[in-house]
Amino acid sequence: MTTLLSLKNLTKRFGGLVAVDHVNFDVEAGAIVGLIGPNGAGKTTVFNLITGNYRPDEGDVIFDNQSIKTLPTHKIVSLGIARTFQTIRLFHKLAAIENVLAGCHCRMQSGSLAAMFRTPTQRREEHQALQTALKELEFVGLQSQADQLAENLSYGNQRLLEIARALATQPRFIILDEPAGGMNNQETAALIQTIRNIRDRGITVLLIEHDMSLVMEACEQLVVIENGAKIAEGDPQAIQSDPKVIEAYLGTDEE
Amino acid sequence: MKDKRLVIYAVISVVLLLSPLFLNAYWVDVLNNVGLYTILALSLNIILGHAGLFHMGHAAFYALGAYTTAIINTTYHIPILWLLPVSGLVAGLAALVVARPIIHLRGDYLLIVTIGFVEIVRIALVNNVFGITGGSNGIFGINRPILFGWKINKPWEFFYLIWGFAAVTIFLFNRLENSRFGRALNFLREDDVAAEGSGINTAHYKLIAFVIGAFWAGMVGNIFAAKMTIIAPESFNFWESVVLFMIVLLGGRGSIRGVILGAFLVLGLPEIFRQFATARMLIFGAFMVAMMIFRTEGILPPLPRKYPIAKMLGREGSA
Repeated sequence: MTTLLSLKNLTKRFGGLVAVDHVNFDVEAGAIVGLIGPNGAGKTTVFNLITGNYRPDEGDVIFDNQSIKTLPTHKIVSLGIARTFQTIRLFHKLAAIENVLAGCHCRMQSGSLAAMFRTPTQRREEHQALQTALKELEFVGLQSQADQLAENLSYGNQRLLEIARALATQPRFIILDEPAGGMNNQETAALIQTIRNIRDRGITVLLIEHDMSLVMEACEQLVVIENGAKIAEGDPQAIQSDPKVIEAYLGTDEE
Repeated sequence: MKDKRLVIYAVISVVLLLSPLFLNAYWVDVLNNVGLYTILALSLNIILGHAGLFHMGHAAFYALGAYTTAIINTTYHIPILWLLPVSGLVAGLAALVVARPIIHLRGDYLLIVTIGFVEIVRIALVNNVFGITGGSNGIFGINRPILFGWKINKPWEFFYLIWGFAAVTIFLFNRLENSRFGRALNFLREDDVAAEGSGINTAHYKLIAFVIGAFWAGMVGNIFAAKMTIIAPESFNFWESVVLFMIVLLGGRGSIRGVILGAFLVLGLPEIFRQFATARMLIFGAFMVAMMIFRTEGILPPLPRKYPIAKMLGREGSA
């Protein structure tokens, strides 16, 4: 197994608050890794540091043996890291298929002139992008709703549409921020299968999730952070019995 | 439904095309102005409508195009229509230089900076920078355009030049908005964090939107200079930018047909109600307010793009 993503002493401060505090962990290629921790622990900040939405104050993000901490977000996406957002960020007024076409964008070439003169290359590319987009919609099971506006989809389907859009960028690594948020049990069960299917396509998965049933079932490795710092790492069984984790996280059940 | 729409478009086009036959010179000239503003507003629509960038300084690019043509034509006597692409390039280049540092500004901040830009250009023209703009008197003695040996002089001749240019613009911009480029602008307008996170270089696309919009405005400036034969800074004041902004908002952001209708309403209605003198602006203002309340997306909002989904899935008759 090779290391695909590696966080090295990653640190982010917002004023006096240390949101992410010297976090180190590696993600092996082909793994499904969960990042868990109590609310406000800094999980989403870690994601934003990986995808270039924030710049780290210290440390480094290494993806495929290359430092990506200074790259702009769209470059990071074209290197092969795709993401979804915790608060759904779809293009609400556009059709589902167009949302997925947004993901196809970075694998296309045609510019404004090619569009005005509708060159053969441009038309071929459009056709291919549309096929890719339909394929990704089918993968998440939304093919029949391709021409619906994104805002008209159910909450769970909006989450799936975000995943389809991320997959359309043809990533090697996908980051899912609370993919099961707002889903019912049935949808969550289907999501677990989707996540496994994503991995079976050769895409490494890193996810944040509060739904412990999903985390324990889908993830092979877990990283636990609290107050911005990593407190534990290991397989789900080990994490469940880790006293530090129980105290920080699961311990709230014992009140 | 689609066929009905096509019939309406065809009828409107034919009526417009034949209108110089039954309108007097005054009204043909009004239509010429509507045509110029249609093209200008369509170019602003790329920036404001599609990319959602609040740009209220479009008259500056229009002015740069007009002055480029006027200065080069009166100094070196290069034919007007040869200067069409030159005017576009000068305006496009100016957009590149000006927009580069301000492209990350959002909403109202961008609005204020672009208002500043249009004022800077106007004041520079009034102050006769480099001694080439003719100060507040402007530049006169600009040649008429010659198209394939035909000297364009009378209003009806300009009518076909302007509306021919408008037709080409509509054709090209329609293709542009139904492409990867057009979609990218819409994505960043809807949510630029999500667009960037989907792999779209948002800063680059905002900049290109500015450059294309400015390029077109510069070309309109060329035709305007030739139509007037005399240009002065007064023609490119802040109010012109506001009118263009209004046309796009009123007609429908990101909608070609909306912008065309907007141009007819904003320029045509005050002409039709001329006998009401000052009251016409009051009625017009009230109409604008009502629009903003009841139809926030404009009179004719854009239609959703069509994709051959059903065909690609092999479904038949389901659409």
